[in-house]
Amino acid sequence: MTGPGPRRETAVKTLAPDGAAETITVTVNGEPHRVARGATAHDVVAALGFAGRPLAVEVNEAVVPRADLPGCMLAADDRVEIVTLVGGG
Amino acid sequence: MCRLEISGADCVTVAVRRERLVNAAGENILDHLDAARYTLLPNTAGCYTADDAVRVARLGRELLRDLGNPGAEWVKLEVLGDQKTLLPDPVGTLAATERLVNDGFMVLVYTSDDPVVAKRLKALGAASVMPAGSPIGSGQGILNANNLRICMEYLKGDDPDYPVIVDAGVGTASDVAAAMELGVDGVLLNTAIAHAADPLRMAAAMRAACIAGRQAFLAGRIPRRLYATASSPDEGTIGGTRRPG
Repeated sequence: MTGPGPRRETAVKTLAPDGAAETITVTVNGEPHRVARGATAHDVVAALGFAGRPLAVEVNEAVVPRADLPGCMLAADDRVEIVTLVGGG
Repeated sequence: MCRLEISGADCVTVAVRRERLVNAAGENILDHLDAARYTLLPNTAGCYTADDAVRVARLGRELLRDLGNPGAEWVKLEVLGDQKTLLPDPVGTLAATERLVNDGFMVLVYTSDDPVVAKRLKALGAASVMPAGSPIGSGQGILNANNLRICMEYLKGDDPDYPVIVDAGVGTASDVAAAMELGVDGVLLNTAIAHAADPLRMAAAMRAACIAGRQAFLAGRIPRRLYATASSPDEGTIGGTRRPG
């Protein structure tokens, strides 16, 4: 039998560097992620391998311009959205 | 040649979606679309509330500003009513139009063919009103040409350069020609080409239909009459006067 129940426990992905002493949990595109305390929106984008790709970032429903990402420090439970363009519409 | 070149389009609408957190190395539409050549028109497809549409419009603007694309300040606004019909929610559409116009956007707004709503959207500052010919992806063409004619009169009556674009419902080339013959400035379509058996050929057909319909509108069609009008002279026929009544 397969079910989503037990998997939820391990669903939190870790984006913090190995040596990070303290972590917080933020939501990235609807999924929980553990990041180092003090991490910025730019750190999350880079850790996911999205740096340099065409994207836009929103933190707690407010757009953060690309130039401001390195200065945008995340707090616990922040909601981060990383979006790109797709065909259709 | 790609479909875009064949169709003669100079503007391509694109949707805003979450980056996939897995398979991040996957292809992006911008790998296949020259953002330096085409104006990208970000849309709010899939939004069912004014709040969501405003959020998505702002994200699209940020994405295109980053790319230096002229479409950055534009948005194709869609606020949908339900998933079955994908018809626009007029109340949410009016609310989102007002907010986005106030936020500096050029709002190209998807709406029904209701002339009163069309007039209200223009009054709120929409840069273009885009009535649907029929439901999105339905391929039913222009279902209510009379409503579209009234839309045209309301929107262009004292402002002939105001752009009106038929957005949605096109099934085949004659639908594009029919829309253009009504005097609209353009037709926005996707499914009719993307899902055609031969998309490249259909793209070429759409381009020809667009040009044909526009030329016919500019040329001015003859009025419809119930009875025939002979194109050759009545006089000089060898049968003389032997004609049935």
